[in-house]
Amino acid sequence: MRKTMRVIGTTLAATMVLSMTAMAADTFKIGGIGPVTGPAAAYGSAVKNAMEIAAEEINEAGGINGYQVELNFQDDEHDAEKAITAYNTLKDWGMQILEGTVTSTPCVAVAAETVNDGMFQLTPSGSSPSCITNENAFAVCFSDPAQGTLSAVYIGTHGLAEKVAVIYNSSDVYSTGIYETFMAEAENQPFEVVSAEAFTDDSSTDFNVQLTKAKDAGADLVFLPIYYQAASQILTQANAMEYAPVFFGVDGMDGILGVEGFDTALAEGVLLLTPFVATAEDEATASFVGKYEEKFGETPNQFAADAYDGLYIIKMAAELADVNPDMDAAEIGSALIEAMPQITFDGLTGEGTTWDASGAPTKDPKAMVIKDGIYVEAE
Amino acid sequence: MFKNKTARQNAITYGIILAAMAVMLPMQMGGHLSSSLSGLLVPFCYYAILAVSLNLTVGILGELSLGHAGFMCVGAFTSAFFTKFTADIIANSYVRFFLGLLIGIAFSALIGFLIGIPVLRLKGDYLAIVTLAFGEIIKNLVNVLYIGKDSRGVHFSMKDSISLHLEPEGTVIVAGPQGITGIDRTSSFLIGGILLLAAVFIVLRLIQSRDGRAIMSIRDNRIAAESIGINVTKYKLLAFTVSAALAGMGGVLYAHNLATLTATSKNFGFNMSVMILVYVVLGGIGNIRGSVIAPVVLNLLLDYVLRKLQMLGSNPVLQFMSDNRMLIYAIVLIVIMIMTWSPKMIARREALFNRGRKEE
Repeated sequence: MRKTMRVIGTTLAATMVLSMTAMAADTFKIGGIGPVTGPAAAYGSAVKNAMEIAAEEINEAGGINGYQVELNFQDDEHDAEKAITAYNTLKDWGMQILEGTVTSTPCVAVAAETVNDGMFQLTPSGSSPSCITNENAFAVCFSDPAQGTLSAVYIGTHGLAEKVAVIYNSSDVYSTGIYETFMAEAENQPFEVVSAEAFTDDSSTDFNVQLTKAKDAGADLVFLPIYYQAASQILTQANAMEYAPVFFGVDGMDGILGVEGFDTALAEGVLLLTPFVATAEDEATASFVGKYEEKFGETPNQFAADAYDGLYIIKMAAELADVNPDMDAAEIGSALIEAMPQITFDGLTGEGTTWDASGAPTKDPKAMVIKDGIYVEAE
Repeated sequence: MFKNKTARQNAITYGIILAAMAVMLPMQMGGHLSSSLSGLLVPFCYYAILAVSLNLTVGILGELSLGHAGFMCVGAFTSAFFTKFTADIIANSYVRFFLGLLIGIAFSALIGFLIGIPVLRLKGDYLAIVTLAFGEIIKNLVNVLYIGKDSRGVHFSMKDSISLHLEPEGTVIVAGPQGITGIDRTSSFLIGGILLLAAVFIVLRLIQSRDGRAIMSIRDNRIAAESIGINVTKYKLLAFTVSAALAGMGGVLYAHNLATLTATSKNFGFNMSVMILVYVVLGGIGNIRGSVIAPVVLNLLLDYVLRKLQMLGSNPVLQFMSDNRMLIYAIVLIVIMIMTWSPKMIARREALFNRGRKEE
């Protein structure tokens, strides 16, 4: 027993000594927060992986203002309380800039902390408008209300339908957020919403009731502001009841072609508003997707693209503001807040993106249509 | 110094909490604590309050409840609703918090009482399952609630926030799954510590009173208790309601520690109920002091020690441990459980302890 204790003790001491050597000065310490365990882990992992790729590229190319970037990503389990713990841990680490958090509710909680510390916060994918109400918080992605409004405007101006049905997830922040602004904007548009049916996470397998209502009301377009897992069920069940309207999704629909056991032929003609398409053929996307697939063995989703862009947005703002790692988080923060509205960013998730002081990005939404199993830009 | 053993044991329990407050409060105010530790102090308090309150049901009343997070949810939402609703009526945030605290406790006690009436007719596994169901019902109900306020008054809907038909300047206070945002963050370690002391005081006083002995007699032998004229229903309801009220108190503290409050399965669902039960079991069923210490130790391990490992450097062992935080945590739980509660380990521990004593 005593011998084992001695062995354990020596090992621990050795690890401590080894670990003390790795502290490097003169680097930008950029923190990330997101769920890498639990049900939302897929989103957090995508962001974490993409941030690693971006950081590697930036470091290879000489860093930000000549300083290397050091990353630290903390798990928040998609929980507000844990997100605060993660944020405090990163603060102790010496974080100067925060790229996070990945999901909305934790983001709102963390935003209440960063504003007190003057920390610059850029959320890659926190899409609730309350994420960026503070002046120090910016977003890479569209907010949920913006997506709802943009979708309604898109359907209206392109004359896609006269009667629209909506199926949304009432237990999901993302889905209800889009749904509500879609309904508000729909009143100003030349189409009529004939049915709006909800489901919850607990009932996200059977959609016959909602589909039947949509069909009986004669809807020729079904708007699905939901994630792709449930959307794949809806498409399958609509096909089974021989109901073939136009399906219109938002960025959560991205990923539908990768659902296991889903007949991708059913997704033909599905329209979606999404900032990122992994099969796009431009050089930047191809290079990112290639690296991501090589390193992590899976195709990156829009969360990954948002996070990858996020780090480059930080780089661009930091270079414009000419900050250096000797400054503390609040100094860097106020410099970056001033720089953000001045940059114009071209990235994977949109060209010519600009920000105003509100923190929301301004860019053109891309509408994609699924043709022959791949996304192509809709006319 | 103390008249009897119970008084001494009580004093030790209060002493531990007071000592922790006496050390941590000045350090936190002087800024000598790291942000992560400082941020964990309030969670320590509400987890301890929740564990102490559940211990009253599980350890003293002897009934397994798996819906404890539901009562926490009631306390959290009613109080956060109140403090947000009265934000422009009552200026002082501490007064608002205190009133919200009373309201949260009252509502969770009421819900505990109402649920207790049908639930306490059952026992054992059946009771556990029904409490589990009620906990989930509370969480799901909160997720379909939409409440807004404008100059015409309060509006209520169970569909969506559009059907509240608010005036343009009206505000949505509870927004279904988006919950309540913009809550005052009034909770502090001082308030948390005082509430924890109050919870421990209430539970210990109850256990050591005439009523407490009646409750424990029901746990030990219901038929015998009934035969000597103890009103079983009354005492069961008493314990269950007090337990729910204290859980509501923990919920109030939880709600005012974060700027946003949503009811997810992570914070108010089955997961949380089981988590609280883990604290109770690890601390010792019926052992109030254990219920104060266990959540602190476990949260310190999960959210402080394991997170800090990665900061020590780019060592693969440390990296693995912090990346697989939840795995390590689960293993530690199993080890602690075996070490503290397996009969062989208890025998070995006692043998070790006795040998040490002889050598003295």
